[in-house]
Amino acid sequence: MRLRRYGHLSLPPFGRKPDPLSKDLSAKTSKKIARLDLNANFGIPYIPILKQTQSMGWFKRLKDGIQTATKYKKETPDGLWYKCKSCDHLQTTKELAANLHKCVSCDYHTRLSSAQYFEILFDEGHQELFSDIESTDIMDFVDLKPYTERLEAAKAKTSLKDAMAVAQGQVNGKSLVVAAMDFVFIGGSMGSVVGEKIARSIKYCIKERIPLMIISKSGGARMMESAFSLMQMAKTSALLSRMAEHKVPYFSFLTDPTTGGVSASYAMLGDINFSEPGALIGFAGPRVIKETIKRDLPEGFQTSEFLLEHGFLDFIVNRSDLKERVSKMIGLFGF
Amino acid sequence: MVFLEFEQPLEQLYQQLEKLKEVEAIGDVDVSKNVKDLESKIVKTKEEIYSNLTGWQKVQLSRHPQRPYTMYYVENIFDEFVELHGDRQFKDDKAIVGGMARIGDQRLVVIGHQKGINTKLRQYRNFGMANPEGYRKALRLMKIAERFDIPVLSFIDTPGAYPGLEAEERGQAEAIARNLFEMSQLKVPIVCYVIGEGASGGAIGIGLGDRVFMLQNTWYSVISPESCSSILWRSWDHKEEAAEALRLTPEHMHGFGIIDGIVKEPLGGAHNDPEAMSQILKGHLLEQFKELSKVKTQDLIDQRIERYSSIGKFATVTS
Ligand SMILES: [Zn+2]
Repeated sequence: MRLRRYGHLSLPPFGRKPDPLSKDLSAKTSKKIARLDLNANFGIPYIPILKQTQSMGWFKRLKDGIQTATKYKKETPDGLWYKCKSCDHLQTTKELAANLHKCVSCDYHTRLSSAQYFEILFDEGHQELFSDIESTDIMDFVDLKPYTERLEAAKAKTSLKDAMAVAQGQVNGKSLVVAAMDFVFIGGSMGSVVGEKIARSIKYCIKERIPLMIISKSGGARMMESAFSLMQMAKTSALLSRMAEHKVPYFSFLTDPTTGGVSASYAMLGDINFSEPGALIGFAGPRVIKETIKRDLPEGFQTSEFLLEHGFLDFIVNRSDLKERVSKMIGLFGF
Repeated sequence: MVFLEFEQPLEQLYQQLEKLKEVEAIGDVDVSKNVKDLESKIVKTKEEIYSNLTGWQKVQLSRHPQRPYTMYYVENIFDEFVELHGDRQFKDDKAIVGGMARIGDQRLVVIGHQKGINTKLRQYRNFGMANPEGYRKALRLMKIAERFDIPVLSFIDTPGAYPGLEAEERGQAEAIARNLFEMSQLKVPIVCYVIGEGASGGAIGIGLGDRVFMLQNTWYSVISPESCSSILWRSWDHKEEAAEALRLTPEHMHGFGIIDGIVKEPLGGAHNDPEAMSQILKGHLLEQFKELSKVKTQDLIDQRIERYSSIGKFATVTS
């Protein structure tokens, strides 16, 4: 059980350590990502998961994988270093990017943005859908900061409009709609916009008879939209039931992290549920559980390997094999 | 009687009343007028206090130790009830109860969170925090309801789904998600009442329905005010502000169009007169099921899905 090694859980809750990577995967990648890179101090929040290093054979096989095409290697500027939080291996961001943002030594999967997943999954060119909606401050929510300010700050920092982007494209020539979450936007929290983008995606996929893949990456519901965010759980689940009625496949890809209201609604409702190695997946966060049961959590608790073992995932896929696997699944579902 | 902080003026009045009644019992002096005056003063004070409750005060009332829970209503509303146990997969969760019931000729399948009425039972009921098997038991009963064309009544009263180790192992997230998915398509009417606390996924896990109501002194929110305070204010001390910010009262929820209405409680809250509360609730729910029985099955499901599809507020911008 090679994958079980990823299990490890003395994680800081959603560590705020900046991740100085988020390099482009290719020249074609939109300016969005490039701008994200400039905000490297914000970057992608990082949770170290791996303590042990992968065997070289395993790593070699991945490195030789087709995804490591030369086009990925050209664009990253030199001189930036990335130290793996998991195995401490020092590598250039260029090397990291060339390895699909996985540590070249231990294969630890760092977090990706929606745009990066689009880049990995789709053939040449894809079209963004439903990008015309943005969050509003429904209830004049103020905590230490007004919600409006939080939204503005998140938009400025990430150049995203909300925590989800939807795109349609081809995966090895097969049509797919991908709705992907961005953790950098207020912790990937689900509010009205995320719910509505999923709703529109589902309706679109039913109408066009195209499979839907949702890439979850979220701390849960967006508190600042209170009951509205809670109701997005019902909204998305209700519409997924409609999609099931119409026999249009739904692939749920749960990435690090997927917790709270997102895991307790659409993320767990895929015709197939799958994940990347070492992702944190659960209903309650590890900190809350620890406080509740007042003892330490077992090694590997709430990792994707744990979920697979307990029957809640169909498989775990290495990022290098993601596109091939998705393409294969689309075909096996008859689409 | 248990008085909450904001009920302090009432406590004093009740103490005075007690003393007067002792005097009256001795029978030497006629204090009947004083008693009457004091009683009307109590009513007036109650009206004042209860007409102007803050979000946090409603949260406190929803947790009042004497507040009636699901099984109280079950015993006082139904002519017949048989409790059913277990999810047929793992065990019987005590934090969610359910069974088959009848009021007159209205048959129902009832599900609801259940809190304990004393220290020992509170533990037994896990404080109304369900594990996955609770949600799966509820789903099993709803499937019976569907098979035999019996509508579903759901009582919501939970501080949240249990955040435990075993709950995670057995798929708390999946259990709640599955209920939302299945309840969306259930071929019989579902009517839900928030009778106490409506906290987050644990509440909505049995709370998706054709009609959703809240009793007057309850709350419904994506997170408890305490947890919200600890996350957003980074301290437990801002629960009152969090309760306001979350707009969690029935009045707010009705204003947002998320619930269908508010069920009035007897003066001083449901715990002041649980029997009267049961009668109010009985009349209210019978009316709902009577109306929903006229809706065709497919329309029912379509309207239910449409109801939830339309929840959400956002701005449309030119991209
Ligand atoms: Zn590493």
